[in-house]
Amino acid sequence: MSARQAVYNIGYLDEQTKRMIRRALLKAVAIPGFQVPFASREVPMPRGWGTGGVQVTAAVIGEDDVLKVIDQGADDTTNAVSIRSFFASVARVATTTRTDEATIIQTRHRIPETPLSEGQVLVYQVPIPEPLRFLEPRETETRRLHALEEYGLMFVKLYEDIARFGHIAKTYDYPVLVGGRYLMSPSPIPSFDNPKMHRNPALQLFGAGREKRIYAVPPFTSVESLGFEDFPFEPQRFDEPCALCGSTGGYLDEVITDDAGGSMFVCSDTDHCERTATRSGTESATGTEAIA
Amino acid sequence: MTPLLQVRGAGHRYGLRHGCRDVDLDLWPGEVLAVVGESGSGKSTLLGTLSQRLGPSEGSIRYRMADGRVIDLGEESEAAVRRLWRSEWGFVHQDPADGLRMHVSAGGNVGEPLMANGWRHYGRIREAAAGWLERVEIPADRIDDHPTTFSGGMRQRLQIARNLVVSPRLVFMDEPTSGLDVSVQARLLDLIRGLVFDLGLAVVVVTHDLAVARLVSHRTLVMKDGRVVESGLTDRVLDDPHAAYTQLLVSSVLQG
Repeated sequence: MSARQAVYNIGYLDEQTKRMIRRALLKAVAIPGFQVPFASREVPMPRGWGTGGVQVTAAVIGEDDVLKVIDQGADDTTNAVSIRSFFASVARVATTTRTDEATIIQTRHRIPETPLSEGQVLVYQVPIPEPLRFLEPRETETRRLHALEEYGLMFVKLYEDIARFGHIAKTYDYPVLVGGRYLMSPSPIPSFDNPKMHRNPALQLFGAGREKRIYAVPPFTSVESLGFEDFPFEPQRFDEPCALCGSTGGYLDEVITDDAGGSMFVCSDTDHCERTATRSGTESATGTEAIA
Repeated sequence: MTPLLQVRGAGHRYGLRHGCRDVDLDLWPGEVLAVVGESGSGKSTLLGTLSQRLGPSEGSIRYRMADGRVIDLGEESEAAVRRLWRSEWGFVHQDPADGLRMHVSAGGNVGEPLMANGWRHYGRIREAAAGWLERVEIPADRIDDHPTTFSGGMRQRLQIARNLVVSPRLVFMDEPTSGLDVSVQARLLDLIRGLVFDLGLAVVVVTHDLAVARLVSHRTLVMKDGRVVESGLTDRVLDDPHAAYTQLLVSSVLQG
């Protein structure tokens, strides 16, 4: 056994690949909401675990960056921990769990509760980039619909929800119109997070590794969630505060506490929860570990 | 006044073979034109050519828009043609499954063209859909059912409602009644005739059934091997056919 360790290029991907991804990113930023095809590479994780997000992060990361990775809002899940340690070793970057200290935040399913600021980059992992996919299976046709701005079909889906349930029942991956032009899937974030995308000062990049698409929302771009005049978009709401930190106005996860039907609602954003708890001194951050 | 549709030397080729060629016709507002002929005679190709569903074609097809402008369809952009599909034209397929979204409710199917045209008020969309379902004799309580649960006749009537809801000026129909049994056919034809008369639609209807042509159309075009062999007023063509092929066609109808 040789003791020699494999040496990777900064950010794991080779320079040609990073250049290719950056070209796609530039085009994506130039046309907000437009899905740019790119030559997705293999990365050392299974497809569906965030390979698109990892490639986008790898293409934009530099040694001065501070990386935060969240999965369903949490910094301590397997996927988040392994992606963070992956970049710590192949890009030699500092990592953090604090939203305000990070320059790049790779995310799956959430936008952090702490407001983002200018200069930060939010990288989304996207499973299905095409918002019309389940309504129109043909890729050639969906591309044509985007090109000609024919989005009536998306409203058929919303119509069906209202006819069936009396309200728009879609609670995640809620379709948005970017910059008044392109219909976009915001990745499976809860509709609770949709309003945060609108005119956000951070750069939002979306990578879909399996589907080989990249798209972006530049800073301060309008992101409008679709709705009818008489049934406008309504983000999810929570009535009770977080059981750990007591904060209100955040997105809550239900955590099962016993096998007798008991459960509690806690912040899905662990960084936000820990800091709120520390500030108010109600409960220490170990509370999250106790239930996990 | 110019015709709604003015076609000169129209044709379409599949590779080296012509599907139809050298077709001249004028279609006027409120007029129903039947295209008859045997299977493979180029009827559906002609319909596809006129409605711009098939790719590049020969000859010129000029269309007078609602605002009075006359455009050459072959020179228009895809976006302009698709706008016509959405707002001024309808297309009724032989198989309703081709023209409907089978896993979207009846109301959604009728509402889709409205939403495509920018309607964004659920209540008004639903009201318009309910109104059209009533006009095509689909019970109001079936508005939230999927077309998969409908009979063939109901599906075809739903497809007609979906096409007429945006008040088109020109409707293409490809064998709208074949595949239905005779009594349902008669009701559907009656419905089509009533709607066409009420709305003043111009219709091009393709059929292999001379009885359909007789019932709904003012003028008839007889096709054979991709060419028009005879055209004229429907009653004249069917009662006093001039071309040898039309005589054969008329005499081959079973007399009941």
